Amino acid sequence: MNRIVTMETRDLSSLTDGGCGECQTSCQSACKTSCGVANQQCEHHDANSER
Amino acid sequence: MIHCFKLGGINIVLDVNSGSVHKVDDVAYDAISMFEISSKEEIVCSLKSKYEGLTDEDANELFSEIEGLKQCNKLFSPDKVASVAAGRQVGSLKAMCMNVAHVCNMECSYCFAGRGAYGAGEGLMSLEVGKRAIDFLVEHSDGRKNLDVDFFGGEPLLNFEVVKDIVKYARTIEQGSGKKFRFTLTTNGLLIDEDVIDFAHREIHNVVLSLDGRPETNDMHRKSPEGMGSYDLILPKLQKMVSERRGKGYYIRGTITSKNLDFVNDILHVADLGFAEISFEPVVAKDEEPYSLRMDDLPKLSGQYEALAVEMLKRRKEGRGFSFYHFNIDLTGGPCVHKRIAGCGVAAEYVAVTPSGSLYPCHQFVGDEQFELGDIWRGITNGALRDEIGKWNIYSREECAGCWAKMYCAGGCAANAYNDCGFVGGVYALGCEIFKKRLECAIMMKVAEA
Repeated sequence: MNRIVTMETRDLSSLTDGGCGECQTSCQSACKTSCGVANQQCEHHDANSER
Repeated sequence: MIHCFKLGGINIVLDVNSGSVHKVDDVAYDAISMFEISSKEEIVCSLKSKYEGLTDEDANELFSEIEGLKQCNKLFSPDKVASVAAGRQVGSLKAMCMNVAHVCNMECSYCFAGRGAYGAGEGLMSLEVGKRAIDFLVEHSDGRKNLDVDFFGGEPLLNFEVVKDIVKYARTIEQGSGKKFRFTLTTNGLLIDEDVIDFAHREIHNVVLSLDGRPETNDMHRKSPEGMGSYDLILPKLQKMVSERRGKGYYIRGTITSKNLDFVNDILHVADLGFAEISFEPVVAKDEEPYSLRMDDLPKLSGQYEALAVEMLKRRKEGRGFSFYHFNIDLTGGPCVHKRIAGCGVAAEYVAVTPSGSLYPCHQFVGDEQFELGDIWRGITNGALRDEIGKWNIYSREECAGCWAKMYCAGGCAANAYNDCGFVGGVYALGCEIFKKRLECAIMMKVAEA
């Protein structure tokens, strides 16, 4: 019986290089009073393609 | 570290360090919850007594499944990000909140900016200051390409001509500086007209439009200087602005206070008006304010978020869905570790500039002189303050290091922490609980729609 269904997710433990840091500053996008990043999008590819 | 929760009729296990999300049945939920604190024998005994008909073979199969996920680092995975945080260098500037107007054409009762003046005198930013602020951002953004600038206030459209000229100037230096500016505009909407709409469509990546939901909720706080409610004046302007965004970003931003603890009705009202991108934020206020939110309000707030998630899933199935900012989550992508560790980068990567050119860690610290970092001509002259605020991250904050939500929350808002406990390295406890509930809802929605 399959009791556990694993969703497709990004492996956060693989992000050990820190990333490029080009994604939008969280506070600027809508809230202005909190800084969660769960809803921010990675811009790594955009940043690279525009360099 | 794992976090197990039940929501919307779904059992969910989040493996914190890997970000893996598992939808599990009741038996697996109990087994995983006990896995690291009880022996196999104890777990099997507990499961068999609770679930009639569960055999040893069933239990062994489940244990194999859990062990397999553990071995491939999708359950009980080790923390590999802590070492990144330990070696973290405070980065260069990336974002600026440009307070182009310390004056407002409304007098909202809950305004953290003191009706736009931030406890100081009213004022408008000159073009000279605005251009210098842009130059300052460019000069201090080594290694960055995308720079974020938010026009804020007060009401920024009271200084619209300068806003337009600042954008025009920034565009002229993009190519030579190797930078790309992304502008946002936060406005109460009163001064939106054809010119604003056209300009915003061409130049503004995202507009944040204030509306608190139902007329009675909105007009309770969002008033003209004469004390008149603003709903009827603003709504048609916001609708026109949004209808002409033609695919460009916007958010209708509302505020949750103790006076609208049934805030789902406000959000649904906004959705029913035809707005599809919605963000409602808990009010930032001192405890003594009659509209402030308190820990006692948490059960009601949590129930509202859960009800909102369920209603949003229902509406999406019916083809009339909308987006709620805090329920948006990208489980297959999302931001890099830099952002997950330290969020907005307050003071170090993100600053606010006042109409006179003074620099603060962010817009919420503006007006509090002890938090003045310097100015756009002399630069950051209070480096000790920048370093003190900028050093905090999800591992250096004691409360965050052991929190299951830290990789999504990024440590919370330094200004909120300061306002709540008087310490930028602390946390805003109610804000933490609200964030965790919203995150549970966001993950549940993803699982439900998978």
